[in-house]
Amino acid sequence: MTKTTKTISSCVFALVVAAAIVCVGQFSSPSSMLRTVLQMGAVYALIAVSMNLLNGFTGLFSLGQAGFMTLGAYAYAIFTIPVDARDGVYYLTGVADWLKNFSLPIPVALILAGLVGALCAYLVGIPVLRLKGDYFAIATLGFAEIVRIVMASTPLNRVTNGSMGLTKIPGFKSYYGIFIVAAICIALMVLMLNSTYGRSFKAIRDDEIAAEAMGINLAHHKQLAFVISSFFASIGGALMAMYLNAVSATTFTVAVTYYILLIVVIGGMGSVTGSVLSAFLVIAAKEWWLRPLDQEQFIGGFKIPLLRSGFRMVIFSVILMLVVLFFRRGIMGDHELSWDGIYGFFKKTLPSLFHRKNKTQDPEKEGGANG
Amino acid sequence: MSNKNILEIRNLTVSFGGIEAVKGISMDIPAGEIVTLIGANGAGKSTILRTIAGIVKPQEAEITFEGEPINGLSPDKIVSKGITLVPEGRRIFGNLTVLENLKIGAYLRKDNIEADIEHVYSLFPRLKERSWQMAGTLSGGEQQMLAVGRALMGKPKLIMMDEPSLGLAPLVVKDIFDIIKTVHKEGITVLLNEQNANMALKVADRAYVIETGNIIMSGTGAEIAADDSIKEAYLGKAKH
Repeated sequence: MTKTTKTISSCVFALVVAAAIVCVGQFSSPSSMLRTVLQMGAVYALIAVSMNLLNGFTGLFSLGQAGFMTLGAYAYAIFTIPVDARDGVYYLTGVADWLKNFSLPIPVALILAGLVGALCAYLVGIPVLRLKGDYFAIATLGFAEIVRIVMASTPLNRVTNGSMGLTKIPGFKSYYGIFIVAAICIALMVLMLNSTYGRSFKAIRDDEIAAEAMGINLAHHKQLAFVISSFFASIGGALMAMYLNAVSATTFTVAVTYYILLIVVIGGMGSVTGSVLSAFLVIAAKEWWLRPLDQEQFIGGFKIPLLRSGFRMVIFSVILMLVVLFFRRGIMGDHELSWDGIYGFFKKTLPSLFHRKNKTQDPEKEGGANG
Repeated sequence: MSNKNILEIRNLTVSFGGIEAVKGISMDIPAGEIVTLIGANGAGKSTILRTIAGIVKPQEAEITFEGEPINGLSPDKIVSKGITLVPEGRRIFGNLTVLENLKIGAYLRKDNIEADIEHVYSLFPRLKERSWQMAGTLSGGEQQMLAVGRALMGKPKLIMMDEPSLGLAPLVVKDIFDIIKTVHKEGITVLLNEQNANMALKVADRAYVIETGNIIMSGTGAEIAADDSIKEAYLGKAKH
């Protein structure tokens, strides 16, 4: 494929996706499952890409994502709950005096949420990034738990409302808000990954010693990757709080981190498009397509065995195992979705179909340049 | 030693957990020459190179590069002064393309690198053919070319090669030594650490023989190659 056809195809593709989202926004009912899946998918896609930036691209295996989501969610919630709703939310302990009379506009609070996460990542990173491999994973996991417990602790009652959590969190009025924020954040991360910084992250992942010998400052770059990843994970957490309208210490347990890790691994460590694709697929499968398995179903008076509440997760797990068995490195591996890739896939899987077509346009065969 | 020394090392001591790997050695690397370190496994050759590159911290050292002290600087500062290490075992970035590997080599440079990429490709045409290939799919010899090309991208004044012929077929080893000569012709000083003493002494202007952390002999490549004890220990059949 030539470069112009690729650009045109990419534009067409982006337009089709945007049109699909708009169609769903305009024509489906507000409670439709498709809307839910698309919105949640967008939030999870953002968080998965942020985790992939650290785990897949820089090779730092972090399990602290839920901690940063908690920070982002709480930071966003604390500053945006409308002033007149505050008394209702903090009905037991009352609200702290400095918080009483102001609330921030949504975009400001979102950025603030990101900054809170980034600052914490910076401070935590100084000691923790000296650790390697499994030890780093355990340390970040510990950090996430600490954050969760601190948020629910009594001394913070008048700020975080302790174990009761926060409610009445405002969200975007428009259905498109979440998509726009997620798209901007993912685009920023892609720009970052395609820059010299992105290249040096990958170099660190491939070989730390060689990267150091090439003059890459390991400590500085790891810190940078950790802070950026946490910044976007916190914004993701804030979007989640916005979507749920409520947040409490039990919203982001370790299980959430594993769930995101699962999305990243299924999508492919080191592939942004893989993470996005897998976020939507995993959410759709778990929350929507497999739902019928949770109810008792009858075919003409015959009750299908096994179907009951919870059976969906059994099938979900089996599917995951199959996916991991057949796509060892995730759906996309460490490649990005590209037109050459799609072209190559169809050429391989549908040889007879393409063979006939190709005879006339063989000179176009080259062009494997865009990895 | 009519040339000016580009690198001077005085009293270099490195220890790992109380065991001295390098025991207070001193040496001079004259500008524009090929200097080789020879010695058995565990003699401390790699440690010396890694210490110069700043990756290993010495217990005691006085290292001056072009008259400036560089001991204690971080690896990125040392690279920006013009010293690049081609690490042992090639250590190319396997999941990046050949071109990306070269670009990483120029990581600290702010100027235009297009001309240098072309230059490296002209030195190693094989790399140009494989420009878009993942570096991990290259053969051993090609990977070593890439490792050297990547180091050249940083425009070093001194290039240190740690065991460049390790694990390569004899025919490829010959290619590697041709590469070393090419690099030298570019006007770059080469500090070579090599187990293949035979080949190394042939190309070297100067050689240091290292045994258990000490320099036991130094001289021109030809002098060392002619020495009886060296012949027996490193060049003859009695190699162990």
